[in-house]
Amino acid sequence: MSDKRTLIAVMGDEDTTTGLLLAGIGQIDPKTNDKNFFVYKENKTTKEQLEMEFNQFTQERKDVAILLINQFVADMIRSTVDSYVEPFPAILEIPSKDHPYDPEKDSVLKRVRKLFGE
Amino acid sequence: MSATREQVFPTRMTLGLMKTKLKGAEVGHTLLKRKSEALTKRFRDITKRIDDAKQKMGRVMQTAAFSLAEVTYATGDNISYQVQESVSTARFKIRARQENVSGVILPQFESYIDPEINDFKLTGLGRGGQQVQRAKEIYSKAVETLVELASLQTAFIILDEVIKVTNRRVNAIEHVIIPRTKNTIAYINSELDELDREEFYRLKKVQEKKQLEVARLDAEMDAARKREAEEKAKKGEETSIETQLEATSLNDEKDSNNLVAETEDDVIF
Repeated sequence: MSDKRTLIAVMGDEDTTTGLLLAGIGQIDPKTNDKNFFVYKENKTTKEQLEMEFNQFTQERKDVAILLINQFVADMIRSTVDSYVEPFPAILEIPSKDHPYDPEKDSVLKRVRKLFGE
Repeated sequence: MSATREQVFPTRMTLGLMKTKLKGAEVGHTLLKRKSEALTKRFRDITKRIDDAKQKMGRVMQTAAFSLAEVTYATGDNISYQVQESVSTARFKIRARQENVSGVILPQFESYIDPEINDFKLTGLGRGGQQVQRAKEIYSKAVETLVELASLQTAFIILDEVIKVTNRRVNAIEHVIIPRTKNTIAYINSELDELDREEFYRLKKVQEKKQLEVARLDAEMDAARKREAEEKAKKGEETSIETQLEATSLNDEKDSNNLVAETEDDVIF
């Protein structure tokens, strides 16, 4: 079911994306020029754009296994992220340089807390 | 009670069927319960590991961000544009392995690096090449952690779903199917008992009727026999009179014969 899913996609601020690209996760389709990363630019990227990209990575593309998303970016489209329940691709909220990680906001950790009645 | 039983005809065959069904439901219940327990155990284990991994991820990402800041400091300008432009093929890729936990297939992501590909040969060529190399290594390690966390998270989501389904099944069997089957069995039993009692009563009734009939026939027969006997007795008396009468008449004849003879004698002489 996940044989074709080999890529890691990123949605994040410039620093996070650059770092992850340095690690070598980036891929650009030579034909369609589709990128598997999306750089969020403060005050420039709109919520609609974010939602569109999120849907693109989670629903349209079939080669993404994991979607890494900066937590503060996820916060902007929180309802979309929280309502996403599919196992593939897995959504992982990661901290960014400027925004420390808050486990209370994480959609999966929220479910963990809910399950244990905390 | 009648609302919580199945609509069946109360026969012995359905009773047998219901008993088999009850046994099957009980076996299924214990099996599912065990499955659910195994999954929950696994689930708790994973939850704990997710919690730990998330904390670890926070630290790792911090280190990584720091190494990137070093790169920026060393190269003197922002390398992000250059990096984004020189990307072409992914070096870091994911392979999904499958793990089986009591019938549930959990994917396990495994990262691997294609050493052939290096998109950033020229990045940091002028200055800070060492830092770029270091940032690359640190970020690679960070991605490995993230991949590990992602596979835990996927397992968490799948297990969550499966546990819910299994628990729903366990509860359905425990609180709906088993009581309903038991009710049906009780209903069939009571109905069969009722039939038994009815049958017994009917037999008794039939026997009573038969006995009455026999008694009536006996009495009739007795009466008939008595009448016969009486008749016979009456007839017997009559015949005795007749014989007496016959006897007397015979005597008379004899007398007359004698008379005739006498007269004949007379005639001869």
